[in-house]
Amino acid sequence: MAGSIQSLERAAAILRLLAGGERTLALSDVALTLGLAKGTAHGILRTLQQEGFVEQDPVTGRYRLGAELLRLGNGYLDVNELRARSLMWADDLARVTGESVRIGVLHQGGVLVIHHVFRPDESRQVLEVGSMLPLHATAWGKVLLAFDPVAPGELDDGLKPCTPATLTARADLDAECARIRAAGWAGEREEAVEGVAALAAPIRGHRGAPLGAVGIGGAIERLTSDGAFPGTLVAAVRDTARAISRDLGAGIY
Amino acid sequence: MADRFVAAIDQGTTSSRCIVFDGASHVLAVDQREHRQIFPRPGWVEHDATEIWARVQEVTAGALRKAGLAPSDLAAVGITNQRETTVLWDRATGRPVHHALVWQDTRTEALCAELAGGHGRDRFAATTGLPLASYFSGPKIRWLLDHVPGARERAERGELLFGTMDTWVIWNLTGGAVHVTDVTNAGRTMLMDLRTLDWDDGILAAFGIPRSLLPEIRSSAEVYGHARGVLEGVPIAAALGDQQAALFGQTCFSVGDAKSTYGTGSFLLLNTGEEPVRSRHGLLTTVGYRLGSDAPVYALEGSIANTGSLTQWLRDKIGLISTAAEIETLALSVRDNGGLYLVPAFSGLFAPHWRPDARGVIVGLTGFAGKGHLARCVLEATAFQTRDVVDAMVLDSGVELKALRVDGGMTANHLLMQTIADMLDVPVMRPFVSETTCLGAAHAAGLVAGVWPDLDALRAEWRRAAEWTPRIEDGTRDRMLRKYRKAVELAKGWIDEDDEIEVEPA
Repeated sequence: MAGSIQSLERAAAILRLLAGGERTLALSDVALTLGLAKGTAHGILRTLQQEGFVEQDPVTGRYRLGAELLRLGNGYLDVNELRARSLMWADDLARVTGESVRIGVLHQGGVLVIHHVFRPDESRQVLEVGSMLPLHATAWGKVLLAFDPVAPGELDDGLKPCTPATLTARADLDAECARIRAAGWAGEREEAVEGVAALAAPIRGHRGAPLGAVGIGGAIERLTSDGAFPGTLVAAVRDTARAISRDLGAGIY
Repeated sequence: MADRFVAAIDQGTTSSRCIVFDGASHVLAVDQREHRQIFPRPGWVEHDATEIWARVQEVTAGALRKAGLAPSDLAAVGITNQRETTVLWDRATGRPVHHALVWQDTRTEALCAELAGGHGRDRFAATTGLPLASYFSGPKIRWLLDHVPGARERAERGELLFGTMDTWVIWNLTGGAVHVTDVTNAGRTMLMDLRTLDWDDGILAAFGIPRSLLPEIRSSAEVYGHARGVLEGVPIAAALGDQQAALFGQTCFSVGDAKSTYGTGSFLLLNTGEEPVRSRHGLLTTVGYRLGSDAPVYALEGSIANTGSLTQWLRDKIGLISTAAEIETLALSVRDNGGLYLVPAFSGLFAPHWRPDARGVIVGLTGFAGKGHLARCVLEATAFQTRDVVDAMVLDSGVELKALRVDGGMTANHLLMQTIADMLDVPVMRPFVSETTCLGAAHAAGLVAGVWPDLDALRAEWRRAAEWTPRIEDGTRDRMLRKYRKAVELAKGWIDEDDEIEVEPA
């Protein structure tokens, strides 16, 4: 981009990172996520703070969006806006895969389900919008843990087992997140509910800021074959995540 | 299975679209283009019918290209359209004599009052199911004949043709060979007898409209002719007004099935079966659809003027939210409406109250009320209005509503859909294919072409993407409805005789 100002680009990237919800980030989180030197990130944050666009928590030293920015207009992506923009893509995903679809965002230490599309087989199903999923035991939660720098800090100290397959050791979960970051998607095999598997991928906004996760869930017999998720299902979920991300302004990545 | 594809052309108020469906009702391709909205004076709205025909050809070619299909791959094409919009054209040249008068255009208001005279607005309601109002095509034809130089003489000589947009599109698609309309569109002219499904000579005489102008009235699903040009050789096998097409696309084939399309305004249609039901509450009686030589299926129609537009008002005029979706976030920041009730009678109360002297009110204000409560009562107003229309339909028809099928942009609003289910006390269901209008036209055309064998096959393809079930207690619902009804009473009679200037006809 000829003529663009690098420090402004970086400031915008920091604001977008902070704008993913009600969240706070440490300096190291910001620097690491955006690939900036700590000193550079700190200089930009201090300037943004002077302008009122960013505030620093006096106790923890963590940063969040400032009141001035919220006054300027669109403070952060509204979850209902996210649902409105995802509607068509989520419907298509349910139709193509034959499974129910959920979209979740990070909220108070868990995953808040903001959209749910029924499995298209006319069986009796209950709308789960507004319910919470555990961060460490679901595909949606693990996607957020892997891609959103805020999420790991929201985990409880003791990871509660939901089933015998739940990852309850922090080291195991960290290794799983590294695998998810490398693969670009998360699988869940009876970790939250016996007999249920799920598959999710990240939804991103401008500059790749993580906004939520979209995925399918259902009987493990349908979702996996010989313990593995079929490539067609993985592709369908990732295509949907990319399509929603593109609608929300993410570049091709 | 090269012949299993069906195209639908939706000639709408702001744009024209073409969608290609496969035999499993999946969308293969969509193309859409807008046309100009022409506002010569306040209250006047026109479209250039020639421009619309150009857009229709472009989107049809565009959708085929995106789907990778040739016209010969299509089993049939169905038409759906903005209703009531009126065009007159020269039968020899195909040139419109004037811009089309759009359904929202109010220039015929005085003419309608004059035609009502001592008989009242319901002068033709027993025959047509409609009150005299500026929306309908009959008064618009009369206005064109009266005001376009030479039009009446040319019409008397049989040189001109009238059409709603279905007629205009079919006439052009067939290269001027076929001049027809379907019963659902003809039923919105105020010139058709709902029972005989033919033009009514008495009403034609009262309006001063020569019969030679009018298209032949056909069923909603039969082969009217074969297209030339962009759809060379494709049978044109269905036509339905947009709301009726949505009713059909939502597979509301049985008595008591109902759909509501939630957009800027909202349209609720209830299938009442093979006999027209006369409304005592100011709802419209309309033909739902007619398949070939089968008996026609009738519907009651109620519209709600302000639904999505209420959210826009909160965003653009009040500035409480910056995007439409934020209303839900704001409304969810509080547990309930905090005692606030809003009646959005911005230009009076319509069905079933019909009080032009009403204006909008917000009641129940206390120091406790905040912006979250305001957002909540704005959303709830749409649910209460839906309940009002449904109550009137049940009273008129004796048909009980078992569920409501919904479509339109506002179905993305989870809280609104839940509130509608709570207030109606029936499940609210959203289907997978949100393009119910185009789907209805495609389904009707595909039935004729044998892509689908019967209505049961279409029913089987309706799939629920979400269902909201009532969750509040009866006592809470009753209390909220009682408060809303009190609020409606407070809205009535706000306009005084000496502020006539505010009672501009809607």
